[in-house]
Amino acid sequence: MSEGAPGAPPLHLHRVLVRLGEAIILEDVSFEIEPGCFLAVVGPNGAGKSTLVKVALGLITPQRGHAALFGTVAGASPERVGYVPQLKTFDRSFPATALELVVSGLRRSWPTRIGVAEREQARAALARVGAEHLELRQLARLSGGELQRVYLARALVRRPSLVLLDEPATGVDFLAEHDLYDLLEGYQRDTGASVAMVTHDLAAARYHADRVLVLNRRVHGFGPPDEVLCEPCLERAFGHHGHHHALAF
Amino acid sequence: MGLIEAMHLGFMQRALAAGLLVAVMSGLLGVFVVQRRLSFLGAGLAHAAFGGMGLGAFVIVATGLLGSGIGLLRHPLWIAVPFSLLAALAIAWVRANTRLSSDTAIGVFFAVSVALGVLFFSIIPPDVNLGLSLMDLLFGSILGVTGSDLVVIAVVAVVAVAFLTATWGRLSYATFDDELARADGVATRRLEYLLFACAALVIAVSSVVVGIILMAAYLVIPAASARLLARTLTQMSVLSVVLAVVSTVAGLALSYLVDVPSGSTIVLTQAALFLVAALLARR
Ligand SMILES: Nc1ncnc2c1ncn2[C@@H]1O[C@H](COP(=O)(O)OP(=O)(O)OP(=O)(O)O)[C@@H](O)[C@H]1O
Ligand SMILES: [Mg+2]
Repeated sequence: MSEGAPGAPPLHLHRVLVRLGEAIILEDVSFEIEPGCFLAVVGPNGAGKSTLVKVALGLITPQRGHAALFGTVAGASPERVGYVPQLKTFDRSFPATALELVVSGLRRSWPTRIGVAEREQARAALARVGAEHLELRQLARLSGGELQRVYLARALVRRPSLVLLDEPATGVDFLAEHDLYDLLEGYQRDTGASVAMVTHDLAAARYHADRVLVLNRRVHGFGPPDEVLCEPCLERAFGHHGHHHALAF
Repeated sequence: MGLIEAMHLGFMQRALAAGLLVAVMSGLLGVFVVQRRLSFLGAGLAHAAFGGMGLGAFVIVATGLLGSGIGLLRHPLWIAVPFSLLAALAIAWVRANTRLSSDTAIGVFFAVSVALGVLFFSIIPPDVNLGLSLMDLLFGSILGVTGSDLVVIAVVAVVAVAFLTATWGRLSYATFDDELARADGVATRRLEYLLFACAALVIAVSSVVVGIILMAAYLVIPAASARLLARTLTQMSVLSVVLAVVSTVAGLALSYLVDVPSGSTIVLTQAALFLVAALLARR
């Protein structure tokens, strides 16, 4: 198992360039976070936030530059990363229970038979996100918010050193929206893990994050929230310049 | 002669053994065929096997191998298996590296293989006795399974079942969600090539027994029935194999009792079980 250098940054991108087809999705993206950091990634739709997460996971290899997790190349130690994807793209016709999905997070493989110890761990993870009652439900029949909770349990059950969440608050009725942050901050306190979260909730980013990355193809700001989440910086990222969408709900 | 006495006959024992081996490997493979929506691949590879058999028969006749003493070498399977393997890998490659969908790729190989098969079989002189007829290739000849057929089928069954059980967890994970599996370090692309290769092997040797026309049924019907009843993929896999085995045994027995070709009774038994599963699952 590749452990990386001690004290190496949990997440480090260096001059990352990603081109998909003709379009440049990420350009010259560099930043790094320290162990125990809570990073919020913000930016308009189509800014490349999900692409950035996939680069960090090793799912997309940048054309230029590189991404490293704990000092080793992205994708080299998946057991240290807990990932909640934005889009739940799984095959809806696949017969699977919520419990199995959580156990797949433990094993990094689909479970045949689930042992007692694994079941206990998975149940505890489901309980932490308030989804213990979903254990035996078919995944395809869960609501969007229920699914989001199960995916969160799946990401946390392996006790990752880095949690990568792509818009985890979407559709989740966490009480007063604080439950999710309480949960993540509690997890960080217990384990010293780092969290990188893509979010559209600027207020939450301001309140909970240690570092904020304002992204719109390029890095438009990176630093503590009160420095980065200022008008001119957000204007540059969200304003008309480099801004593709016209639709705002 | 009753069914029990008939089971003492060598050809009936070979038929049962071949049928069971085909049932187990195609039942297990069928889970991934159904969940990955590859039933057209099943049909396509069966027809590729037909093209390969045609080429094989032609090569055997043209090179004089037919007169050789070694029974296994006289079997066109030696050409049909690598031919199907190549077709499967080509389909997987087209699917992964071009904008064409796998359906389109399969459609092309399907037609070309049948055209090749027809071409080769038509240029073999009619007086040459290959030991297998066109009808057997199309509809199977489970009662005509030879000892050397059985050896080949058994070897492939062991390889296929070993591969599918050893990779079951990763294959299932990749089938569930390719990206999630890749994020967890599963080499999903390589697994897909291996799965296609496994399918080519299973289908090429099975179609000697069940015929190319009915091959797709073996891959699809038991697994589809299992899907209707299962709540997990483990349950589905076990049930698919059980249903495939049950319909093979029942179909063979029926075929003997009412004197109808076994390919037809086996597939009809599968279909009857599917109907039962559909009714049970309606709850
Ligand atoms: N496979 C692909 N091929 C070409 N372009 C792509 C591909 N995937 C994404 N894109 C484009 O890359 C851009 C960034 O996509 P990405 O999903 O990273 O945005 P995002 O910041 O996560 O947006 P959102 O807030 O809507 O989730 C988009 O313009 C999208 O259309
Ligand atoms: Mg996104």
